[in-house]
Amino acid sequence: MDGIYLDNNATTRVDDAVVAAMLPFFTEQFGNPSSMHSFGNKVGLAIKKARLQVQDLLGAEHDSEIIFTSCGTESDSTAILSAIRANPDRKEIITTSIEHPAVLALCAHLEKEGFKVHTLKVDERGRLDLDVYGKLLSNRVAVVSVMWANNETGTLFPVEEMARMAHAAGVLFHTDAVQAVGKVPIDMKHSAIDMLSLSGHKLHAPKGIGVLYLKRGVRFRPLLRGGHQERGRRAGTENAASIVALGMACEQAQAAMHYENTEVKRLRDKLEAGILAKVPRAFPTGDVTNRLPNTSNIAFEFIEGEAILLLLNKFGIAASSGSACTSGSLEPSHVMRAMGIPYTAAHGTTRFSLSRYTTEAEIDRVIQIIPEIIAQLRKLSPYWGETGPVTEADKAFAPVYA
Amino acid sequence: MWDYSDKVKEHFFSPHNAGAMDDANAVGDVGSINCGDALRLMLKVDPDTETIQDARFQTFGCGSAIASSSALTEIIKGMSLDDALKVSNQDIADYLDGLPPEKMHCSVMGREALQAAIANYRGEEWKDDHEEGALICKCFAIDAVLIEDTVRANSLSTVEDVIHYTKAGGGCSSCHEGIEEILTKVLAERGETFSPHTVELKEEDKPSKLTNLQRIKRIETILEGIRPQLQRDHGDIELVDVDGKTIYVNMIGACSGCQMEAMTLQGIQQKMMEDLGEFVKIVPSRAGSLSRAASHP
Repeated sequence: MDGIYLDNNATTRVDDAVVAAMLPFFTEQFGNPSSMHSFGNKVGLAIKKARLQVQDLLGAEHDSEIIFTSCGTESDSTAILSAIRANPDRKEIITTSIEHPAVLALCAHLEKEGFKVHTLKVDERGRLDLDVYGKLLSNRVAVVSVMWANNETGTLFPVEEMARMAHAAGVLFHTDAVQAVGKVPIDMKHSAIDMLSLSGHKLHAPKGIGVLYLKRGVRFRPLLRGGHQERGRRAGTENAASIVALGMACEQAQAAMHYENTEVKRLRDKLEAGILAKVPRAFPTGDVTNRLPNTSNIAFEFIEGEAILLLLNKFGIAASSGSACTSGSLEPSHVMRAMGIPYTAAHGTTRFSLSRYTTEAEIDRVIQIIPEIIAQLRKLSPYWGETGPVTEADKAFAPVYA
Repeated sequence: MWDYSDKVKEHFFSPHNAGAMDDANAVGDVGSINCGDALRLMLKVDPDTETIQDARFQTFGCGSAIASSSALTEIIKGMSLDDALKVSNQDIADYLDGLPPEKMHCSVMGREALQAAIANYRGEEWKDDHEEGALICKCFAIDAVLIEDTVRANSLSTVEDVIHYTKAGGGCSSCHEGIEEILTKVLAERGETFSPHTVELKEEDKPSKLTNLQRIKRIETILEGIRPQLQRDHGDIELVDVDGKTIYVNMIGACSGCQMEAMTLQGIQQKMMEDLGEFVKIVPSRAGSLSRAASHP
């Protein structure tokens, strides 16, 4: 499909070689890895290889620390529910206000069941206050769950330092590293992190495959019981084809790590600088000096994100937005609200997320098109005059709000 | 991606009547803080005939908000103010060949802007008459505020009640957890606990405040009210007996053996329960086979 795909934090294209590697596991290698016969045996060996490939990318000490799951969300749920079930006398959880819904919605649900959830706030750049965090750690806390990198802004959290602080207080630490794996180097064998979630489709593997990294010795309670698969820690027949694909994708990600942090980063910086140079009243959100190399999130003031995306789509450009209307929830992005971005800007935030397949020509084209689109929509905006925002925009247009 | 109609796309990509109007004599500014949509509607009204000569808009909002604004201006141009006030949000949605349920509030915003602009022209103060909440039922586009208000006003206590009163939850049923959460909250306010299982028990425990005679007379009056409808379809109903919560009836004429009999009885039972304010079961006296169908869901 033609078009410029800058929505790689949503999902990624499966690499051709990855597809080729997984295809035989639908046909000639269809056996159940648990079976005694040779149909199953070869599949078992392929899964073993894939486990080693994932282990390698994560820098894990043991391959048995890799548990295959169905997705990042399952990994998150498994980790958090395991921690609270393994520590029934601990009734508190620490997380942050800008986590993925996979963590936030689960925590909100646990709150209804009687857990106390401490939600760490972020500042206007999306950064945490570690002093506040440190004071919350106690023997009442069952688990800390903090994302490695934010999906909307790419902002990186100091998870390693936070994991050490948690350990010092005797508290388990989980990180949702779905956006970070493959983009930042990870070395679990020297890490204090107990549990880590990753998702295949964010790193050019198919949808429907994820991993929970579980450090050896960390007390664990499975989410799914009923089989010996994954050493009894995640029952259910293995998604063999996707596991093989994920292994291959991890190997490729390891090889591309340098490229992601040099060339992809350069293209991202060029895109952001190019847009900001041409579009007035626009600013990047998040901690721009400490973020993923592929992500740029720009707030375009006084216009709304869904409208931007629809116009971009007309030009074959795919991005995403923190606006309420794109989520179906009718709420603007909780990440933007947590950072205190005013709603006239929050609704116009647009996320561009690149991949190693992004080309310079594509970036040039986007830089050329964006200013036209923004100008076109601002012409419709009641906050915008001939050449810029109307004077005292808030007062000139102050609608009655329902 | 939203499933927008071609008409919505057309009005979004090439909006009609967009931009400021310098000589407007009626302006309405409204918005929905949840969604972050806001709309300024500007009208030029002929003071002699009170007709809308021209209409323009400026919108901060998503694709369907812009399309709804554009459609609104097209609909009302040339209308008298009184006729324009009759334009409903459904008219706007229909003009656009429909909107996704999550986006119906965009058409509501259009209607509100129109009311606000006309109030502005007439020197009145426009007040928003509803509050919008998170969308709960996606099948029928019912939000949390509407459900909460209805539960409170009618002292509802079950998901079934909510379905009957608001339609919310009556489609795919995926939102029943959300409805239960609202019930839990509102019931707690009046010192009750939501329980999905105790509906009928609770109703049985409640003693009827009417004497037997009063109650039977009341039941007859309710049936009298229903009778004309049945007679129109060449049928009828008569009361046979009342035994506690069970009301035995005879279906007569075309109603007897009609394929819709079970449904008719269920409708009568519903009306009976609402009027009597207690749980009752309507059973056709001649047959046992339909009593199950007509029992409380």
